[in-house]
Amino acid sequence: MSLPPNQPGGQNSEVLDTFPKLLLNHAKVRGDKIAMREKDLGIWQSWTWSEVADEVRALACGLAALGFKSGDKLAIIGDNRPRLYWAMAAAQCLGGVPVPLYQDSVAEEMIYVLDNADVRFAIVEDQEQVDKLLEVKEKAPKIEHILFDDPRGLRHYDYPFLSSIDKAQEQGRQYDEAHPGFFDQSALSGSGSDVGIMLYTSGTTGNPKGVVLTNDNVIITARNGIIREGLTENEEVLAYLPMAWVGDNLFSYAQSYVAGFTINCPESGATVLTDLREIGPTYYFAPPRVYENMLTQVMIRMEDASKIKQKMFHYFMDHAKSTGTRILDGKPVSLMDRLIYKLGNFFVYGPLRDVLGLGRIKLAYTAGEAIGPEIFDFYRSLGINIKQLYGQTEGMVFICVQPDGEVYADTVGTPAIDVEIKIDDNGEVLYRSPGVFHSYYKNPESTAKTKTDDGWVFTGDAGFFAENGHLKIIDRAKDVGKLNNGTLFAPKYIENKLKFFSFIKEVVAFGNERDYASVFINIDLEAVGNWAERRNLAYSGYTDLANQDTVYDMIQECVEQVNLDLSKDPLLSNSQIKRFLVLHKELDPDDGELTRTRKVRRNFIAERYGPLMGALYSDVAVQHVETQVKFEDGRTGVLTADVKVRNAKTFTPVKAAS
Amino acid sequence: MNERNFGEVILDLKGISLSFGAMRVLNNISFNVRQGEIRSIIGPNGAGKSSMLNVINGVYHPQEGEITFRGEVRKEMKVHEAAGFGIARTFQNIALFKGMSTLDNIMTGRNLKMKSSMLAQAIYWGKAQKEEIEHRKKVEEIIDFLEIQAIRKTPVGRLPYGMQKRVELGRALAAEPEILLLDEPMAGMNVEEKEDMSRFVLDINDEFGTTIVLIEHDMGVVMDISDRVVVLDYGRQLADGTPDVVRSNQDVIDAYLGVSH
Repeated sequence: MSLPPNQPGGQNSEVLDTFPKLLLNHAKVRGDKIAMREKDLGIWQSWTWSEVADEVRALACGLAALGFKSGDKLAIIGDNRPRLYWAMAAAQCLGGVPVPLYQDSVAEEMIYVLDNADVRFAIVEDQEQVDKLLEVKEKAPKIEHILFDDPRGLRHYDYPFLSSIDKAQEQGRQYDEAHPGFFDQSALSGSGSDVGIMLYTSGTTGNPKGVVLTNDNVIITARNGIIREGLTENEEVLAYLPMAWVGDNLFSYAQSYVAGFTINCPESGATVLTDLREIGPTYYFAPPRVYENMLTQVMIRMEDASKIKQKMFHYFMDHAKSTGTRILDGKPVSLMDRLIYKLGNFFVYGPLRDVLGLGRIKLAYTAGEAIGPEIFDFYRSLGINIKQLYGQTEGMVFICVQPDGEVYADTVGTPAIDVEIKIDDNGEVLYRSPGVFHSYYKNPESTAKTKTDDGWVFTGDAGFFAENGHLKIIDRAKDVGKLNNGTLFAPKYIENKLKFFSFIKEVVAFGNERDYASVFINIDLEAVGNWAERRNLAYSGYTDLANQDTVYDMIQECVEQVNLDLSKDPLLSNSQIKRFLVLHKELDPDDGELTRTRKVRRNFIAERYGPLMGALYSDVAVQHVETQVKFEDGRTGVLTADVKVRNAKTFTPVKAAS
Repeated sequence: MNERNFGEVILDLKGISLSFGAMRVLNNISFNVRQGEIRSIIGPNGAGKSSMLNVINGVYHPQEGEITFRGEVRKEMKVHEAAGFGIARTFQNIALFKGMSTLDNIMTGRNLKMKSSMLAQAIYWGKAQKEEIEHRKKVEEIIDFLEIQAIRKTPVGRLPYGMQKRVELGRALAAEPEILLLDEPMAGMNVEEKEDMSRFVLDINDEFGTTIVLIEHDMGVVMDISDRVVVLDYGRQLADGTPDVVRSNQDVIDAYLGVSH
């Protein structure tokens, strides 16, 4: 594993292979530069790198005084608070391993992780977390000491193993005086191959697994990301995502420690949007739903704006749609269009970016799930460089990133620096990179199942490389099937494409071991209801609306547009949707059709609606169906309907699968 | 909860009777409040609970009885005296400045503590500047304490009811009161909001050592958080004591569950 030579900060990169070393280096090289801010009592308080180094030193010595030793695990639970980030560094300074936990987990969920990770020490935010740990402590007796940040409400808690971070730091300063040289020796003794951090993945099935990452895993990946995107020490980042999530660890901790840029902690979870506006970050990560919410907010507020403002907004937004992304991607744009865009920038785009808190953005990432192309294009047309990335905890986030100027809504970009990717025979994506995790903690079986001996990791995702060299993720590998003619069938890919239409709420796609692909569709009652109202269409409820011919016409257009898209895709052109129907009832977790997190349970639905499935794979035009439904008060009833089934137009593939 | 110790009696009411014309709303009520306790007044509608609070902070003047506040015996309290002596209150029906922000509303609670002249305050000059910064700091501490940072700049009229109640509590706290009178702080709230409010009441008592006199309908809440409870019914005093004592008092059970007379 070699380190890239041009390490930001200009120091000898060979030495800076642990977080303590990076921290002490920053304190020396840019000691007066702001490392952290937190809004407290309405004012942004700040700490320079040398102040952070000092705080971390006191906390580390305090932990040492309490008996924290090299190899010990330190659980960290709470919102994004500076002192919790310092706790991470403090543990690392002692050769220990920070284990951040999700702060909204209930006590029982924490027991497993705390016990599995052999946690002896915990640093938590406030009374809420202390109460949980006190509950946990009875069942997970390995915990020996708990430190808290906010003393509120804890005045009367009289336990010998509970104390405040303040007190620990005070003790630490005395310990530091009494043991000169201890801290420096301990902080500088680690190496890149030591374990840096452990992050638990929230297993959807079974217990969570502790992903063990070495300092090299984290630091080299963080550095590669910085190099690829040209980030500097002058970035501003808002730390608002859970500390237990690998992304926060990368964006708000590791990359800051590598590049030396500033982390801003919001005042509280409820003030994030205000704080975003005040800070104006230059580097930002948000999951797609955050961008979606922001866009919805803008649109709702525009509806209330005056006619002139609305006209102006829509005129310039239309213009931005056609030219904004082209300008951002550095493609040729006519002089006139550029001028109009400049004007729009002055009147609409600039102020809008400011309101969103994205006025200074150099780079914004999104990942986690598919983002609607419209949402994506909205931000890009405003000149906000938002890009998708593809990553995993097991690879310290970065696997693929969209390069500047080559951003497409339906791909996740090209491999990140030092990352190799291959697709196996089943279509599953494998990668190998410096970020590949060391192992799952105390779980060699899972490790062996996920990681090969020569370092390749199975992602569990199915995907392929598009012609432009970009990776396309289509579905979870276990859900991908084959049509009867042997071509690839990825249900979620089709479902997502349809769900991007605002009229369509849920989709269930079928096709595995069938002759062609077909779908069940749930319309979005609100959106289609509005649409019907504007056309003076009368309807009595969901079932009635869903069965109207005009609604079918409109949905058919959506389906055919997806077919057109699919026809351009050499691998998926055979998955064009031949037949579809609009379900007579909304899919509902109470009926077991969706999971509680609203994922469709495809096989269950196929069985439950057997007659409709039969109709999709025959040529009947109307199918009678009776369905048992559960009402909210627990009673059951039977819903009968005559559901129409339609054929959709398909298109000749632009290129056949090779 | 740990053993709670209370200080001396700071407010002692003896034989208080209050009438409006022929209407006798309070009839020979006697109870006291000790330093640092949470003291509740309960009773059915029209029992005279709010009237009792109004007697304490000087809005109503009782015809009979005497009030001993900090060792000084008097026939009645006066509103400005009560405020000056550190008695603050919230109201059953929210009484905030609807058009002003949360921050400004709480700032008005600091009014009595401001020493500089109105002119100096208006032009933000000299001592007034330093003073205002200090007051703002105190207000920010209250905002932090009540966890209302996100609505700091929101006009109060736009806030949901439960939040308005919290702002009103904040304004009362801004006066750094010795005794805090809360008139049905949890009325109209859902379970979760009630839990939050209960926690704030307990935390205020705990963190600042504020003595709290509370009127509340929700018996569950009252019995959970109070140190002592006095029960009124149609202006009469039915019982006075710890929640356990009050809960087992036959008169109280009759008044609450109804009994044929």
